[in-house]
Amino acid sequence: MNIIHLLADPVSYEFMTRALIAAVMVSIVCALLSCWLVLIGWSLMGDAVSHAVLPGVVLAYVLDVPFAIGALAFGFLAVILIGTVRDTSRVKEDAAIGIVFTTLFALGVVLVSVTPSDTDLTHIIFGNILGVSRQDLTQILILTLAVLLVVLVKRRDFTLYAFDPTHAHAIGMSPRLIGAVMLALLAVTAVATLQIVGVVLVVAMLIIPGASAYLLTNRMSMMLILAPAISVGCSLIGLYTSYYADTASGGMIVLAQGFVFTLIYLFSPRQGVIARQLKRRRRAAATA
Amino acid sequence: MTPPRPPHQPAAHPPGPGASTALEVRNVTVRYGSVLALDEASAVIGRGRICGLVGMNGAGKSTLFKSIVGSLKPQAGSVRIAGLPPAKARRAGLIGYVPQAEMVDWDFPITVREVVGTGRYGRTGITRRLTRADQDAVEAALARVELTELAGRQIGQLSGGQRKRAFVARGLAQEASVLLLDEPFAGVDKRSEQMISTVLREAADAGTTIVVSTHDLHALPDLADEAILLMRRVLLHDSPAEVLRPQNLALAFGLDPLGRPTDRPTGNRRAGETPAAGGAPTVGDAAASDGNWDGERH
Repeated sequence: MNIIHLLADPVSYEFMTRALIAAVMVSIVCALLSCWLVLIGWSLMGDAVSHAVLPGVVLAYVLDVPFAIGALAFGFLAVILIGTVRDTSRVKEDAAIGIVFTTLFALGVVLVSVTPSDTDLTHIIFGNILGVSRQDLTQILILTLAVLLVVLVKRRDFTLYAFDPTHAHAIGMSPRLIGAVMLALLAVTAVATLQIVGVVLVVAMLIIPGASAYLLTNRMSMMLILAPAISVGCSLIGLYTSYYADTASGGMIVLAQGFVFTLIYLFSPRQGVIARQLKRRRRAAATA
Repeated sequence: MTPPRPPHQPAAHPPGPGASTALEVRNVTVRYGSVLALDEASAVIGRGRICGLVGMNGAGKSTLFKSIVGSLKPQAGSVRIAGLPPAKARRAGLIGYVPQAEMVDWDFPITVREVVGTGRYGRTGITRRLTRADQDAVEAALARVELTELAGRQIGQLSGGQRKRAFVARGLAQEASVLLLDEPFAGVDKRSEQMISTVLREAADAGTTIVVSTHDLHALPDLADEAILLMRRVLLHDSPAEVLRPQNLALAFGLDPLGRPTDRPTGNRRAGETPAAGGAPTVGDAAASDGNWDGERH
């Protein structure tokens, strides 16, 4: 079997084509958001929101409204609850995040267990990329394209918000609003990503690409290209590997991202551990 | 070059409100829980003046800045910038702000030119894309602080003084009418300090009102037209020389931070003279600040 066959064979199945399209779109959007999340220090927030949307998605299913609406409602509820617990008690933010998102996630799990549907709980938790239906794909496309549009228009606002919110405020922008928009994008993206890798692994898609790109470049514009490229590459590698090795797709995608991050962490020309070690040794030799 | 200016005239009385009033703080009171940070602080600063803000850590300098920018809402009192309340002044792009070094993420993937470019964001459209005119203003600001050659570097790859100059350039590019600088001389080399002082003076001569919070009391008489001595309240608002009188500083600091005998008149100190102790002429710990500027992030 030559390489063309190797690549083309899976695509002959419609479910595999849909899986590939969904994975690519979700990878791009998650990777773009991840660039700002890692710079702001919102990684935990990404984790929290992606878990907390679960009860919203289930309720949306029951009430027959778009999943994104339920996800938005519960994404914001989570952020408000976290802020309230943090500000009105002596509990610190990381603990507040841990309390709120696990509780909401648990509510989601309970709701799934009492809701008669053909959706398996394991699919929500671990993803079901090979089960992406035509309607699912349409929904994923709408959600990701919407996020993509907002990101494209507002990317400079996000970057300034991440870098210097006080200046943003001083020149008449509203950091609060920009933060809220980012959280909304996070919630919407989480819904789309659920299907691909599941609730548990969404956060990987929302952190690893940005962190990897951050180790490769000193320019935001370059990060916003590298992160999606890395993410899409990992999704394709993960998906094909899982096809041929008959392993869990979501798990393979995230494993690929973790593997690529490790490579970059070690070998990045400027920020990599090895390059920095060499530089330190050279400097020591020069001063000796 | 700027025309030679007469030596800083001691403003025996702070300038009163009027057409030339750029900044007016009236009876501003701020409490953090049970801690009183500002107690009916009042000051009026005229257009084109450079005002030094002097006080201990915890005296309320950062709190006063936050009240002016409006990132904090005082429990009582009012702030007017060119006659406008802070929210309107912000939207009109009147307020420029140069942060303390500790408040900046120096590893952020942003270039010097991009940092200065954010000074123009208030004038841009929905995507914040800079127009030709914006780019020209950015380049002009970079040239004024002599960072044109380094403009493509990531911001953290500059020295401490160059970093400060970059943020001053952002304030220039913004063309704000009130420029607030939080400790602009902390950790800054002499050349950068000189350049920043010169640039600030030029901006003031062009009509910008500048408020500088500083621990660097020695530089104050050369830099500022007037000074405010802050200790939760405005203890004194007068010429820098008057504010720096030992007995006056003692009001705010409890002792003379310059280590001079109290009977020695301030006026005899020659420019450039350093205190006998030889220590840095700073008060308290320059790295400490009385509050966190980052009040907006959740």
